Amino acid sequence: MNSITSTSPNLDNRPKLPVYLDYQATTPCDPRVVQAMLPYFTEKFGNPHSRNHSYGWDAEEAVEKARKQVADLIGADEKEIIFTSGATESNNLALKGVAHFYKDRKDHIITVATEHKCVLDSCRHLELEGFKVTYLSVQQNGLIDLEKLKAAITDKTSIVSVMAVNNEIGVIQPLAEIGAICRERGVFFHTDAAQAAGKIPLDVNAMKIDLMSISGHKIYGPKGIGALFVRRKPRVRMEAMIHGGGQERGFRSGTLPTPLIVGLGEACAIAQKEMGTEAERLTVLRDRLFNGLKAQLPDIYLNGDLDRRIPGNLNVSFAYVEGEGLMMGIKDLAVSSGSACTSASLEPSYVLRALGVEEELAHTSLRLGLGRFSTEQDVDYAIEQIVQAVKRLREMSPLWEMAQEGIDIKSIEWAEH
Amino acid sequence: MAYSEKLLDHYDNPRNIGSFDKNDGGVGTGLVGAPACGDVMKLQIKVGADGRIADAKFKTFGCGSAIASSSLATEWVKGKTLEEAEKIKNTEIAQHLSLPPVKIHCSVLAEDAIKAAIKDFRTKQGSKDKAAE
Repeated sequence: MNSITSTSPNLDNRPKLPVYLDYQATTPCDPRVVQAMLPYFTEKFGNPHSRNHSYGWDAEEAVEKARKQVADLIGADEKEIIFTSGATESNNLALKGVAHFYKDRKDHIITVATEHKCVLDSCRHLELEGFKVTYLSVQQNGLIDLEKLKAAITDKTSIVSVMAVNNEIGVIQPLAEIGAICRERGVFFHTDAAQAAGKIPLDVNAMKIDLMSISGHKIYGPKGIGALFVRRKPRVRMEAMIHGGGQERGFRSGTLPTPLIVGLGEACAIAQKEMGTEAERLTVLRDRLFNGLKAQLPDIYLNGDLDRRIPGNLNVSFAYVEGEGLMMGIKDLAVSSGSACTSASLEPSYVLRALGVEEELAHTSLRLGLGRFSTEQDVDYAIEQIVQAVKRLREMSPLWEMAQEGIDIKSIEWAEH
Repeated sequence: MAYSEKLLDHYDNPRNIGSFDKNDGGVGTGLVGAPACGDVMKLQIKVGADGRIADAKFKTFGCGSAIASSSLATEWVKGKTLEEAEKIKNTEIAQHLSLPPVKIHCSVLAEDAIKAAIKDFRTKQGSKDKAAE
């Protein structure tokens, strides 16, 4: 069955507007996922923890099938999968759970400056409790320096948390190398794989990963469901955050949401089956998009490594054009920006800043995310719209004017405000 | 973020984009903001023999609110004397465009740009007067 949703092209070859180019923010549910979920809302509504009747048994069977589908995607055993509400909860549980359990002997955590806010904020919280946290810097391409990681590990380090794929710039960290270092030093390795699972091949054993966070809605599954892989050999111990009926090996109490879990399982099964062809297709589309922009616009820069990157992500700085102003000019494209003006904090993207991207360029970036339902028409339309808007805004930009006159913008004494 | 119709109109159809020769004695140029902060405005006024602002132009690097604020500022200064133009307040710009609270600084920048252009014009005039003495 070929799954085409509403973002597919219509008959006159025009894409449906606005064109969705924000697949790192979220993805639509695959219709096959929705089909698999539907019976579990109505006729198969049982509580998977009810042991005394077939309603419960049916639900439990569905949950255990999904658990196996999630485990298979990452080369894990199904007993090592815990269902959570999403990657934010998984990341919180992994970091706080491990830190708290081992706190008598170990009080040090290592993570990376470009992690998702939920990892950084969990670490900040642990710092307030007295834990010490090392935030590794990244290289200009967005990847960590393995020597710096080695140097940061001490005999007090309980856990190293490095995301598999960055949500803004799509770069893939060297997971197997990090896993080998951590295993050798007897430190647990957690990876936030929200942007990686189902997009690139992952194997928790080959990569020596001890904990892995997964999100449903990033892989064409429903929102509100995620998973945490917790290794059994060598065994990872954690303190639970949510207490109650002792579900999920006591790590996460609460009645399991059967329909959402079935959806996550189906999404993982589809991703596993189609990952190869999907990656090939998205690489072609991604290259078409970037080359199309480069061919018509000078002074644009890719943020993050091009080769060590998931196929569905581009993050581009359009020099001399501010990101939010640009987004207003491409109303028919749904994208996100690293510009300060799109965020409540009025700070430009901390991820781009961590790469050493200068503030003035960080303000000019757009994240362009492609996914399962992106089409060639979508890409061509996006190129047309972006090129038009950037050209118009550059004509209005005093910085572009100066650059054309050969004035070095850095030579001017700007009044920072 | 939901923007007002007036703001969107200025963004879509900005008034008075362009540049005057900044070395022209009758032109005052204001350049405010900073690229690192995400907004830079260049606002220029051309003052006629009667002392009124005959024409104005702008170029802005920034968000939609910054573009609209500077576009509106060029409209408002035209026909005014320097003293009148100096009295334009950022709050009036913010109110006219219904700027959301986080975008008030865009209107502040537009007010600063008007003042900077007037100051530049007066400085040029002052040096010209001195040369004539």
